[in-house]
Amino acid sequence: MSIIVDKISYTYEIGTGFERQALKEVSCVIEKGEFIGLIGHTGSGKSTFIQHLNGLVRATSGSIYYDGQDIYDKDYNMRELRSKVGLVFQYPEHQLFETDIFKDVCFGPKNLGLTKADVELRAFEALRLVGLDESLYYQSPFDLSGGQKRRVAIAGVLAMKPEVLILDEPTAGLDPKGRDDILDCVKALQQETGITVILVSHSMEDVAKYVGRIMVMNDGMLMFNGTPKEIFSHYRELEEIGLAAPQVTYIMNDLKNAGLDVDVSAITVDEAKASILKALGRN
Amino acid sequence: MGIVRTENLTFEYIRRDEEGNVEGITTAVDNVNLDLQAGQFIAILGHNGSGKSTLAKHFNALVSPTEGTVWVDGMDTRDDAKTLDIRQTAGMVFQNPDNQIICTLVEEEVGFGPENIGVPTDEIWLRVEESLKAVGMYQFRKASPNKLSGGQKQRVAIAGIVAMKPKCIILDEPTAMLDPSGRKEVISVLHELNKRENVTIILITHYMEEVIDADRVFVMDDGKIVLSGTPREIFSQAEYLKRLRLDVPQVTELAYELKQAGIPLPDGILTKEELTAALTAFKG
Repeated sequence: MSIIVDKISYTYEIGTGFERQALKEVSCVIEKGEFIGLIGHTGSGKSTFIQHLNGLVRATSGSIYYDGQDIYDKDYNMRELRSKVGLVFQYPEHQLFETDIFKDVCFGPKNLGLTKADVELRAFEALRLVGLDESLYYQSPFDLSGGQKRRVAIAGVLAMKPEVLILDEPTAGLDPKGRDDILDCVKALQQETGITVILVSHSMEDVAKYVGRIMVMNDGMLMFNGTPKEIFSHYRELEEIGLAAPQVTYIMNDLKNAGLDVDVSAITVDEAKASILKALGRN
Repeated sequence: MGIVRTENLTFEYIRRDEEGNVEGITTAVDNVNLDLQAGQFIAILGHNGSGKSTLAKHFNALVSPTEGTVWVDGMDTRDDAKTLDIRQTAGMVFQNPDNQIICTLVEEEVGFGPENIGVPTDEIWLRVEESLKAVGMYQFRKASPNKLSGGQKQRVAIAGIVAMKPKCIILDEPTAMLDPSGRKEVISVLHELNKRENVTIILITHYMEEVIDADRVFVMDDGKIVLSGTPREIFSQAEYLKRLRLDVPQVTELAYELKQAGIPLPDGILTKEELTAALTAFKG
């Protein structure tokens, strides 16, 4: 299973005064089981891009191949694609609506026409995967904390058994522990189930800590595509387009300039610590 | 007496089930006593559900205390006759800029508040110009707000408050939805307003590094103020903060980790400059 994106472009409101090109010939390959971070300033085209991956928005030109099949082929089952590629929008807890958590998670699979037993099995599995305590399953989702609500919303998408999980800023507005909990849970999910994850984030520290590859969007184009270390070595260019490197990367650069022989490609606290200790002869 | 003062402030709300029967009472703010000094840059930290937003809503009379009293610039927030004065004294900015912007042009958006309180037209235009300059958005005055970036929209929202000439601005997670440069823009505008115009800033945030330059930090848990002090005093307590579902800035965390590994560093390092100085001094 892979997704091949071949030169897709998308223009909003063609033929009106508001015409604007949101994507410009974006090409990339997403392999099964990858954990990808998608970064870019507000308005860079990230959200438009991810909506193409499950067919919510159709490219003005270019092609997308899912598992080798052209999703714009007239015989292609777009409905199936939408259950294979699960999209968790920003503030997904605003979409919770059922009277209890379990029913809310059942809503998606129920619409797939499965038997009641299958629907419930999927809901149980999904809630277990997001690590929600069982005592909460039959409570109202509206009594939960922000982070818990968000996990229920993610479970609702997981119950569709997607092969690809796309999360659009899943940690916005959460406290630091809530941020770590959600991302730890997504990481464990990716490692346990082999699901492909695409994380859209404005937190460079989170992206540095969790993902295996980063794609950087700017002005509707894919500007960089590489490992976190490669991407954050371009931190000056990232700053020019409204982004940054993780805070530790700046520290390491300062230390290097001050004459300490440290590794400036460190992007997490652990890497920075190891490198500083080594430079001080303390390893 | 400070610009915002609370005495034994408690706020409770009643939870009801679908039939409207009382299920229980939640105490969102629990006996809080605060005296915030005018002209300071104040930060409030706390996990989701710790009560910080409810507390902040008391500061411009959006909610009224269940028990205790809140004074804003000496005015009791329970006095209905003072509500408008209080809201002009203490303006509020929320998380999502798209939910607070209503006009089609930036300058109209900023003039909306003063117009509503009957400021004469010439004076409105003067205030619009000053406010937009104060947040660095004057060159966008004829632009449509929906064409702006998140950080720019939030600066316009702040200008809309500045145009009301408040003594105090309360911001509830104003950077939660912004990209890194949007966050930087907003925080530096707040410091500018604080220094140049002497506006008291009360910033609620989940980003620890935005708090480093505050004059005073309050940490909430379970409706109570559990810590208060300078950023250095607060961030010296990394373990306690983690128990409160919070964190420390990455620089502080790195310094803490190095210290644990036996490098003798001072407590509460907050900036990369401090860490660089301490490490080069150690290396000798």
